[in-house]
Amino acid sequence: MENVKDTQWPIWEVFIQSQPGTPYKHAGSVHGSDKEIAMQNARDTYFRRNEGTSIWLVPTDCIIASNPDDAEMFFDPSNDKAYRHPTFYTMPEGALNI
Amino acid sequence: MEHIDHLKVFETKIEQDINIEAKDWMPDDYRKHLIRQISQHAHSEVIGMQPEGNWITRAPSLRAKKILLAKIQDEGGHGLYLYSAAETLGIGRDELIQQLHDGKAKYSNIFNYPSLTWADIGAIGWLVDGAAIVNQVSLQRTSYGPYSRAMVRICKEESFHQRQGYEIMAKMMAGTAAQREMAQDAMNRWWWPALMMFGPHDTDSPHTGNAVKWKIKRQSNDTLRQKFIDKTVQQAEVIGLTIPDPDLKWNEEKKSYDHGEINWNEFREVINGNGPCNRQRMSNHIKAHEEGEWVRKAASAYSNKQKLRVSQ
Repeated sequence: MENVKDTQWPIWEVFIQSQPGTPYKHAGSVHGSDKEIAMQNARDTYFRRNEGTSIWLVPTDCIIASNPDDAEMFFDPSNDKAYRHPTFYTMPEGALNI
Repeated sequence: MEHIDHLKVFETKIEQDINIEAKDWMPDDYRKHLIRQISQHAHSEVIGMQPEGNWITRAPSLRAKKILLAKIQDEGGHGLYLYSAAETLGIGRDELIQQLHDGKAKYSNIFNYPSLTWADIGAIGWLVDGAAIVNQVSLQRTSYGPYSRAMVRICKEESFHQRQGYEIMAKMMAGTAAQREMAQDAMNRWWWPALMMFGPHDTDSPHTGNAVKWKIKRQSNDTLRQKFIDKTVQQAEVIGLTIPDPDLKWNEEKKSYDHGEINWNEFREVINGNGPCNRQRMSNHIKAHEEGEWVRKAASAYSNKQKLRVSQ
């Protein structure tokens, strides 16, 4: 134990659900030696004013992010498919509820 | 493979007010500037807990004590939001704390002044947090995404801080002659250091150039300082406090106040370690950090043991 250098513990990303039914949103990160301590720290850091009802924690090194340099090429295939949107289609005059 | 002109992509984003995110390419100096500014900001939040912590045991009522505890806990939380933002730039919190202890990283000068009476807790909330809010509201639009988001979160929480401080001052000004005198004395001691929080005049500010170009800083030191003065003078008048500046007067032409000369010698002295509390603030922080070492190590050892159990 003497050889352990000063540690601030591993980093965890904190996601907050503000109320049941809504998507989880990234809030920031905390340090925690294990998941229990990380959870306590996340509550104390990001939940002092009724910010939500649920927390997800993810070890930061488990997050896989897309590469910003490839963004243009990577997301390009979704740009030219107008037929994926409902407005692409012509509906016959007089048709209701469609 | 097409060659990407990273600098151009970066500059275009800045120009179009598109935030820079952690994994985006950025110039080294942009990264360095942000690490310096965000860590200084984080250290300020944490060191700022000390002058207020000084009064927890002596708060004049249970209500006041609960409020003060909640406020100080917020400051700790704000420090953590900011360390978290700094870490997205690729530096560890242990390193940031080491830089603070080595004197390589600074924190706001204001926290090197002592909190002598209960009125100082009022003045800190009203004036120091008030000045910080003016700066932080502007920084919500800073170009680096994680810093901007931390600022939005902090601004939501700060206005309680300023209001509780102003309430303390208002109560004391409605109290006995001794209480009014105490409030005015706190005003006299905190006014000028609060103005110095915005940093040197625009003409003398060494870091402003790049910070403005890269939209890290959205408004200049003098602009922000002026904003703070203009909104605070009226608040002082309402509760009967005098601004300790004989040269302060309304300028009808520019629709704001002219103010007297700031004592920049004092500013430099305090920055260079010769303020009333520099050594005390730092030695308290180092002591708390060192005394917490066994806790950090024990928790790490426990976590390692759990992992071994799982793998066996």
